[in-house]
Amino acid sequence: MINHTITYKKKIMIDATTSIAGPKESTGPLGHYFDKNLNDDLLGQKSYEILESKLHASAVLLLLNKTNLKPSEIDLCIGGDLNNELYATNFAMRELNIPFLGVYAACASYGLSIIIGANFIESNHVQRVICSTSSHFSTAERQFRFPLELGTPRAPQSQWTTTGAGAMLLNTLKGNIRIESATIGKVVDFGVKDVNDMGAAMAPAAFSTLSAHLSALNRNPSYYDLILTGDLGKRGADLLKLLAKKNNLKIDGKIYSDCGVLIFNTTNDSMGQGGSGTACATLVFNGYIYKKLLDKSYRRVLLITTGALLSKTSSLQNQTIPAISHAIAFERI
Amino acid sequence: MAMMNAHNKEYLKLVASNTPKTKHISTMLSSFIVGGLICCLGQGINDVYMLWLPHLSESTIKSLVSVSLFLIASTLTCIGVYDKISEFGGAGAIIPITGFANSIISPAIEHRREGIIGGLCSNMFIIAGPVLVTGIVISVLIGFFTLVFSGAPLI
Repeated sequence: MINHTITYKKKIMIDATTSIAGPKESTGPLGHYFDKNLNDDLLGQKSYEILESKLHASAVLLLLNKTNLKPSEIDLCIGGDLNNELYATNFAMRELNIPFLGVYAACASYGLSIIIGANFIESNHVQRVICSTSSHFSTAERQFRFPLELGTPRAPQSQWTTTGAGAMLLNTLKGNIRIESATIGKVVDFGVKDVNDMGAAMAPAAFSTLSAHLSALNRNPSYYDLILTGDLGKRGADLLKLLAKKNNLKIDGKIYSDCGVLIFNTTNDSMGQGGSGTACATLVFNGYIYKKLLDKSYRRVLLITTGALLSKTSSLQNQTIPAISHAIAFERI
Repeated sequence: MAMMNAHNKEYLKLVASNTPKTKHISTMLSSFIVGGLICCLGQGINDVYMLWLPHLSESTIKSLVSVSLFLIASTLTCIGVYDKISEFGGAGAIIPITGFANSIISPAIEHRREGIIGGLCSNMFIIAGPVLVTGIVISVLIGFFTLVFSGAPLI
């Protein structure tokens, strides 16, 4: 493994993806690309956490429906969310009866689960893996910030946690999009302390993974039709561009974009710098980018999921925000 | 390690120079308007009580006004309106007693799902707690210094 990058020799393909989007995401610019749109973020459940776990289970069940597979035909589920002890994912999996690995890399959990899944397939241990993640605005607010009804004006640099869930089925038998390579990120901390400023905290991690990936495979950014970061938001994306420019990497507007920037209507002020959360990259990739890969708008896409690894405890203890970023290169066969 | 730190400083400078600024003039104006309106409301309630209940002392009426404002803010919090007022009004809506009510009721609503005792009661003061503790500590200190420097007040 050169520069923490793996190149897959087997054809690891995406059979299908699912995306279930919350109300704000559904009215956003990508709304009609998602499989299911919700018009309420509680849907009669007792709590937001329970709803999130139901969403997570629904995303996996919808995937089984789409692919006509039985739970017994799936070898492994890998997934995560933002809640303590992976509330949503663990509780979703008790309904499914499939072997399960719970993973946490904050908002980079989707990338992490895809990399683990692809490696399991590469090593011939399993045939079919489902990778799934979810997040919910109200559960994340409670876990990382303040109660919902507390009147606190949002900082202009803050981001809005995405509500939704998504799942992807990886296998070696069917599919048009393959996972070509992946780069496992390092934990990077440049000393950003502001908990509202996730974009600035995560941009160095995204840059570290991006440059490691490109130099390991000896590629230029223009090798990809699209380089897509997970949830840096507008501000984080701008900082990543500046970091890249300083290091003589050219990622301009055409080939670079960010899921957090794409998912919401940017005219709405309260959204701050855009979307964040585990489901942000999941929804945008599963709903939008995957379809664009299939309809031949793109051939090669590099998805760089980004996660800020802070907790409420760490920020109260005055720690800076470490971040991690995992990259996966998708390619149409 | 030294390299990393050097880079850190450079990056943090870049971050600081790119941080989106809060629009101070417009936020101050909106806080002034909202805070002023809340104070006017308090004064209005005060005047109405003075008319209705002329037999009550001024200090009793003042407590009644606080309780009324608290009740109004709690109701607005419960129906999900106060956070919208606060988002517009900023400190103008947070600093008056209505903001204090909001800071107690909002965690109470949030944690109601974990039960009355373990959820609602134990989390009610997670935001307002520091305010109460500071208030009580300061009054104890003031009481102590009053006792030391001017002797116990004659009641």
